[in-house]
Amino acid sequence: MTDSVINIKNLTKNYETAAGVVPVLKGIDMTVSSGEFLAIMGASGSGKSTLMNILGCLDIPSGGIYELNGTDIKSLDKNSLASFRNSMIGFIFQGFNLLPRMSIIDNIALPLVYAGIPKEERIERACIMLEKVGLGLYGSYRPNQISGGQQQRVAIARALINRPKLILADEPTGNLDTKTSQEIMNLFSDLNMQEGITIILVTHENDIAQYAQSIVHIHDGKIDFSEPTNRMKESVK
Amino acid sequence: MIWSMLNEALEAMIANRMRSFLTMLGMIIGVGAVIIMSAIGAGAQEAVKQSIASMGSNLFIVLSGSTTSGGARMGSGATPTLTISDGEAVADLPSIAEVAPIASGMAQVIYGSNNWSTTIMGSTPNILTVRNWTIESGYSFTDADVRGATRVALIGKTVAENLFGDEDPVGKMIRIKQSPYQVVGVLALKGQSLDGRDQDDTIIVPVTTAQHKLFGSQFQGTVRLIMAQAVSADQMDEAENQMTELLRQRHHIRNNKENDFSIRNLAAMAASAADTAKVMSLMLGAIASISLLVGGIGIMNIMLVSVTERTREIGIRVAIGAHERDILLQFLLEALMISIFGSMIGILLGVGGALIAEKFLSMSVIFTSQSIFTAFGVAATIGIFFGFYPARKAAKMEPIEALRFQ
Ligand SMILES: Nc1ncnc2c1ncn2[C@@H]1O[C@H](COP(=O)(O)OP(=O)(O)O)[C@@H](O)[C@H]1O
Ligand SMILES: [Mg+2]
Repeated sequence: MTDSVINIKNLTKNYETAAGVVPVLKGIDMTVSSGEFLAIMGASGSGKSTLMNILGCLDIPSGGIYELNGTDIKSLDKNSLASFRNSMIGFIFQGFNLLPRMSIIDNIALPLVYAGIPKEERIERACIMLEKVGLGLYGSYRPNQISGGQQQRVAIARALINRPKLILADEPTGNLDTKTSQEIMNLFSDLNMQEGITIILVTHENDIAQYAQSIVHIHDGKIDFSEPTNRMKESVK
Repeated sequence: MIWSMLNEALEAMIANRMRSFLTMLGMIIGVGAVIIMSAIGAGAQEAVKQSIASMGSNLFIVLSGSTTSGGARMGSGATPTLTISDGEAVADLPSIAEVAPIASGMAQVIYGSNNWSTTIMGSTPNILTVRNWTIESGYSFTDADVRGATRVALIGKTVAENLFGDEDPVGKMIRIKQSPYQVVGVLALKGQSLDGRDQDDTIIVPVTTAQHKLFGSQFQGTVRLIMAQAVSADQMDEAENQMTELLRQRHHIRNNKENDFSIRNLAAMAASAADTAKVMSLMLGAIASISLLVGGIGIMNIMLVSVTERTREIGIRVAIGAHERDILLQFLLEALMISIFGSMIGILLGVGGALIAEKFLSMSVIFTSQSIFTAFGVAATIGIFFGFYPARKAAKMEPIEALRFQ
């Protein structure tokens, strides 16, 4: 268990609303090892995004334990959480979340600004990432000048630039057409297989989930069951 | 890091050109007003200071007639009660250094084809000492001229310019009330008096000449006023008392009667004029500072709008690892940049405005590097102060809330 990136035990999350306390995550146990590629599936409203936000240190759990790379995140203050988000985790959103006023290259390099990396190195590394996601020609464009699929590639490049241990992608293909979705998923597969990056992906499309190694089904704030994907089942045979 | 943040702040400012400009306008007007007002205030103060210096030090003016005009008595200086010998007696007082009697009136002066109407002061050579006046060219008339009531004249700069232009007046003959007078000297430039009169628009002749030949008073030997200079500033009170006592005695005024003369302490008047000028310049500064404050509130207003509008951007930045201090710094820098740019434009505008006021409204203005740096420093402080609350609001945002913002 030494190489587990994520280790959560009895994780819960409640939202305080006007109508009272709403339990959304109701005790989740999960371990993700380094190099795993995991898909999370579940009905809308089942708590997938809530879980991802906690995993991404964007939100804090109401109860239970979350260890990221061996560190109990309860022990971290706001600043350390920010550093974790910066260096350990790459988050990819359904809506891309690029900064509209910045060029593509500056968007990709932004995490390095907060990591305190000097400008030349930032630009150099951002250019390498840009090539890697196949957008070498678009560095000086603005996000609104490129397609959705391209924007998501930029977001992936940004997530990868500070060499995180973990990529969290919440419905990354939700806004993309089938063909573009496949291209994005191939990119994830390559990253996982060639570079051993741990990936957790939320989707409600079975086709997309099949790119992963295993699928975790969430129902009403709890893990329903887990299963290996078809290609893993086949490779076992 | 700070450079890329500055760069971003600049880009944010440019991206919202119109809004940034409108926000800056508050600072521009505020700083501009402070610069203009303090320049005008300092100019006015300096002008007063110069008038005071030009007046001569530790001066009294003794006027004929009382200040409180009771019964049939007219205003001060109306009935000439002071005489040249009053002046001589006053001069003998231990607390008085010099005395100059003055008999004055208006007259038409002609040189060649030029004529000019000006104040003619009849006095003694002492007036130059008392009024701290120097002769620019030529020489003064003498006590012998006073005794002989000769027709000689010292002319002020303004008179010299109007009658002679570029010509040298010394030794030339002018006509005052048709009689010929010889110009023996030209007085050095003195500028404006406290009440705004041109002190160089005058001619000085021997007091006896003025009395007998120029104005032909029905009260022979009287003068309109006497200027007396105390030996030092701390003897002013004593000098005033001694003069009062002496003049009452000489004029045979009984104990229950009012003075038939009045004494004005010019040093005290000068001090109050200087105070007034100071208060005025402080008030101008205070009024201008209010517009600076309003400009600062404008910055806060816009920054709050900006923070709300850019909630999602803040969420994204925080999600990819921005610390609280990064966000704080970013918004502070934006506020600071707006206020610094605004104040730089304001300084240019203020200096320009003050120069225009100087040129077209003939106001004297004085810029001190201190006032400019202060305006700049205050503007920067205002930027930080009023930028801090919105910046902190941005920095304290919860990432997940901020990201959910549409
Ligand atoms: N900030 C919040 N306040 C209250 N309820 C919330 C909040 N965020 C999410 N929820 C509720 O939590 C449940 C799970 O939401 P979410 O994790 O976004 O679901 P999923 O991503 O699986 O569609 C939903 O019922 C949603 O309404
Ligand atoms: Mg969701």
